[in-house]
Amino acid sequence: MKISGEDVTKVADLARLTIDNELRDKLSAQIGNILSYVDTLEKVDTRDVVPTTHALSLFNAFREDEVKPRQGSGTDQALANAPMKEDGCFVVPKIIG
Amino acid sequence: MTLYNLTIHEAADLLHKKEIRPKELAQSVFQRIRSLDEQIGAYITVTEEAAMIQADQAEQAILNGTASPLAGIPISIKDLICTEGVKTTCASKILENFVPTYDATVIEKLKSQDAVFTGKVNMDEFAMGSTTENSALRPTVNPWKPNHSPGGSSGGSAASVAASMCLGSLGSDTGGSIRQPASHCGIVGVKPTYGRVSRYGLVAFASSLDQIGPLTKDVTDAALLLNAISGYDIKDSTSAPENVPDFTRNLKDGVKGLKIGLPKEYFNTDGIEEDVRSATEKAIEILKSQGAEFVDISLPHTAYAVASYYVIAPSEASSNLARYDGVKYGIRDMDQSELLSMYKETRSKGFGLEVKRRIIIGTYALSSGYYDAYYKKASQVRTLIINDFKKAFETCDLLLSPVSPSPAGIIGEHSDDPLKLYLSDIFTISANLAGLPAMSVPCGFTKHELPVGLHLMGRHFDEATLLKTAYSFEQATEFHKKRPQI
Repeated sequence: MKISGEDVTKVADLARLTIDNELRDKLSAQIGNILSYVDTLEKVDTRDVVPTTHALSLFNAFREDEVKPRQGSGTDQALANAPMKEDGCFVVPKIIG
Repeated sequence: MTLYNLTIHEAADLLHKKEIRPKELAQSVFQRIRSLDEQIGAYITVTEEAAMIQADQAEQAILNGTASPLAGIPISIKDLICTEGVKTTCASKILENFVPTYDATVIEKLKSQDAVFTGKVNMDEFAMGSTTENSALRPTVNPWKPNHSPGGSSGGSAASVAASMCLGSLGSDTGGSIRQPASHCGIVGVKPTYGRVSRYGLVAFASSLDQIGPLTKDVTDAALLLNAISGYDIKDSTSAPENVPDFTRNLKDGVKGLKIGLPKEYFNTDGIEEDVRSATEKAIEILKSQGAEFVDISLPHTAYAVASYYVIAPSEASSNLARYDGVKYGIRDMDQSELLSMYKETRSKGFGLEVKRRIIIGTYALSSGYYDAYYKKASQVRTLIINDFKKAFETCDLLLSPVSPSPAGIIGEHSDDPLKLYLSDIFTISANLAGLPAMSVPCGFTKHELPVGLHLMGRHFDEATLLKTAYSFEQATEFHKKRPQI
């Protein structure tokens, strides 16, 4: 399967990545190669085969919904690495014009 | 005696007999790091100061008679395992300033056993790669041949162990990232069963495939480290509530009566280099002479494993890496005044080429109109691959192959041909897809004196059989005792 430069740009955009023309062309060729290889999967008969999402049968991990005490301030910890913060909140560029 | 050259179990013996002190051992290792690492490039962050305090605590535990086998043992940690107060970069620009506020469960466990942390080691960015050349900082070199790659993605872990810049290391394995660098650097590496070791605090690459495991100088050390990090963890919803045996207990049981399968699809390819093939064949002869029985088996869907993996892993990665948005942690492009452009510029400047490539492949495979053709199809093929293994394990106890079709490559060799590199993961990738335990143990050298590793795969939660087989093999050989001359 080939992937056009236009498609690469579109998918990059969906993934919130900007790519210049040079990279677009390079990725279009490389990803095209990889997808052509992946297309060998078409040869496998998978009728009625249940897809695997986890290799081992796992059970959902339930617990009581209760507040547990934690050390220190949760907010401070959550914000510790934020590039911008103010009054216990993350700061982002203006969203509403 | 040069202390840094010791294995974990040798050092533990001397520490517990009080013939050496934890601080002496740590100082010897840090001196080694100072004299060698500029050349090797294994470390991203060295934590000598904290290590000296940890060494004092270990000494106290030894004097009190409460010490664990890992007390005072210098361990390096792959830089994608969260360490409280110590930078955890994933070898990525986007996390260059990230300092976790908590410890991963494996770190908590090692701390409670008074291990000494030497620092954080290099890797392919976000564990995407098999050469450690995708590190945003610098490539790590192979201690056996400095113009060669140590393998990857846990290349810093493998190189730091092989060059005796720590006594053991924790890495992570999503498609071979512990076993392949262990093989390329002439050491032991174990990928435990999926769910055996908690992933809490492991920065996620592909969540259904990732697993943390040890890289060590010999099999006994691997068993000791695996003992220390295994077990159910309420903080990881995919952690398995399985009993953890003492992995050192059955090491000496031997291989008599064990049935070892040789997957014909693995050996009937012309992609295996001659020196790798002959080292593997010699290993088979040794295990035969020790009483193991070999049977030919078939894993019919082998040809589709790499394709299935390179849909599933990038798909999971594209979702996992959506969290790097310049808001919560890591870098942000401060010049952008709009949210969308801030996201895009931050991510475009923060991620390296291989990470972008995989995010784009994953986003494409999950996008509307392609989901059935790619992600669903790959997940169905994954089921068939798992069924192949179920059938194989009806007739044998473990499977054997080379770890990698070729030894370590020259740095820069494949930088423009990602597919070629992906294809070299053929023997290791299926264990991740099927969640099986698997390991690498040194089994020889090529004529160019590059290490070759033997790959063993076992049933779910049967690491013990792999370890005793590797141990038995190791006792008949000297490969694990050779150290690179640097």
